[in-house]
Amino acid sequence: MFEEKELEKIKQKKDEWEKNCYLKLIKENPELKAGFENLSGIQIKNIYTPNDISQLDYIKDMDFPGEYPFLRGVHASMYRGRLWTMRQFSGFGSAEETNKRYKYLLSHGETGLSVAFDYPTLYGYDTDHPLARGEFGKCGVAISSLKDMEILFNGIPVDKITTSMTINGPAAIVWAFYIANAENRGINRNIIGGTIQNDILKEYIAQKSFIFPPAPSMRLIVDTFEFGFKEIPRWNTISISGYHIREAGSTAVQELAFTLGDGLEYVRWAVKRGLKIDDFAPRLSFFFNAHNDFFEEIAKYRAARRIWAKELKKLGAKKQRSLLMRFHTQTAGCSLTAQQPEINISRVTIQALAAILGGTQSLHTNSMDEALALPSEKAVRIALRTQQVIAEESGVTSTADPLGGSYYIEWLTDKMEEETYKYFDQVERLGGVIPAIEKGFFQREIAEASYKYQKEIDENKRVIVGVNKYKMDEPVEISILKMDEKGEERQINRLKKIRKDRDKLKFEKNLNKLRKAAEGQENLMPYILGCVHSYATLGETCNVLREVFGEYKEPAIY
Amino acid sequence: MEKKIRVLIAKPGLDGHDRGAKVVARALRDAGMEVIYTGLHQTAQMIVETAVQEDVDVIGLSLLSGAHMTLFNDVTKLLKEKGMSDVLVLGGGIIPKEDAPTLKKIGVCGIFGPGTPCEDIVEFIKKNVKK
Repeated sequence: MFEEKELEKIKQKKDEWEKNCYLKLIKENPELKAGFENLSGIQIKNIYTPNDISQLDYIKDMDFPGEYPFLRGVHASMYRGRLWTMRQFSGFGSAEETNKRYKYLLSHGETGLSVAFDYPTLYGYDTDHPLARGEFGKCGVAISSLKDMEILFNGIPVDKITTSMTINGPAAIVWAFYIANAENRGINRNIIGGTIQNDILKEYIAQKSFIFPPAPSMRLIVDTFEFGFKEIPRWNTISISGYHIREAGSTAVQELAFTLGDGLEYVRWAVKRGLKIDDFAPRLSFFFNAHNDFFEEIAKYRAARRIWAKELKKLGAKKQRSLLMRFHTQTAGCSLTAQQPEINISRVTIQALAAILGGTQSLHTNSMDEALALPSEKAVRIALRTQQVIAEESGVTSTADPLGGSYYIEWLTDKMEEETYKYFDQVERLGGVIPAIEKGFFQREIAEASYKYQKEIDENKRVIVGVNKYKMDEPVEISILKMDEKGEERQINRLKKIRKDRDKLKFEKNLNKLRKAAEGQENLMPYILGCVHSYATLGETCNVLREVFGEYKEPAIY
Repeated sequence: MEKKIRVLIAKPGLDGHDRGAKVVARALRDAGMEVIYTGLHQTAQMIVETAVQEDVDVIGLSLLSGAHMTLFNDVTKLLKEKGMSDVLVLGGGIIPKEDAPTLKKIGVCGIFGPGTPCEDIVEFIKKNVKK
């Protein structure tokens, strides 16, 4: 982008400046730290100039928003045409309570829903399963059957609003609940829109709510790709997630590399099945974290878009929509502090701003009290208002990719990309993503990074305000959300009633059909929908698959 | 040579958040203790059985899902039944302040939330371990 001669002149000037100005200055006034590095351990220079991005070719490497390689954003008009979706991840207790929370959020200007499920649901157990003990509604809403899904979305226009569901192991079944509920309300399945997370690879790597071993899990996921393309065209059948990899303690580079690596693995499995890449790739979506290092995060999102576009092209994708990476962002839960929780509002604001400057399609902002408990109504409202302030007051939405062309940002974007390809090579040498999981490669890399991060905090090498600097002994005054104690009992009674009232013959016939299909090669989605429509519960449907597929056990590495 | 303190770090229930448990396990090991990590999805029976087999002095229970009141209680109850009340039990995770007094009453002697320096846990164990 720059003339050779000009670059030489700048270089000379920089050398002079460094010698005569900078080094002299820091001799008198030393720098505050021995080294400046970001959270991925990349050394940051004191200043960036055109020489740091001299190889950058505007049309080839950047181009315009909505144009390959989508570095500057996926839509031509970006936020001038449409703001990101404000989508707060939410769910607790019973379906009734969460339904109330959704209506509350929508009435305060939220524009999309995002369902958090409790642990038993995430593992495909009904509320009355022995392993569900103590977990009902604790870190999400309990959904054990179609009946619960009906209550969860009661009075909410599922034909107009899009819903994201954080569900992985039993994603196909919970998706079937959602589809069946819409159909029972007279809404055609081809108009409903939303996302299922459905990303099992990062479960093995980081979040750990897996059920089946890798191969049958991948089969189920490809089934949803195929079914979605044919029947539910407005649905994102996967949200390939770096969020949890980051929360488990990875660096930004690891988050980027492992997530994109997972994404490419799904593409390979689907292609191997015989699906056409341009049929399913447009419905692949992504989910990233927004952590503390502002510019590093922005560079991460930009690099992600460019790498994805390049790699999909290499794999033969032709359609523009197949190449563009659309993603959701959530601010970093692990960065929240239990100490002086109000200052989490400032952290979240900076993180949210990074996501927006990075061109996110939707955003969840964490509530200030989440290092202590589930968020209260007030805390959630402030978190949502934070997005509204950025969207409507700050002016950052006026132009696409406002930081594009910054010497630092472009250098860092290139650097993140370079580091990502190093990880791709490493994983390939291990035999691919699944063998690397089985060897504990990702898990070990993440454990290593998280231990290093914690040590830096413990040794005061990394400042966390309120934790290792500017500490206060004042007691924390935060009002904690109280849950309806009757919720669990209500849920268990509902399960009993469903099991008693349903058409037993139809129920058994559908479960048997699913078992047969699972033993064979067919797409399982129609069979799962059959089970769900005959009010088979989550646990019952999942058990059929458990019996056929077996369960995954992970090696415990620390 | 002084006998090393033996610690079992355990993840009861379905919660998959294992970052804290792993970091603490490493930090205790680096502080010279013998650390056994159970891995995920442990029932109270499994945890107590491992504690017996490994003859541990300390059990660190980690839970971020909110099920601590039920699941920590299951473990301490079972420990009492097995006559293992001398084992020091600690809890870590997202644990609201209001729950702390009850947890202490049922035998969870130390509670360590987010932002606790690992050094504090090491010190606490050294001071309170009962052997």
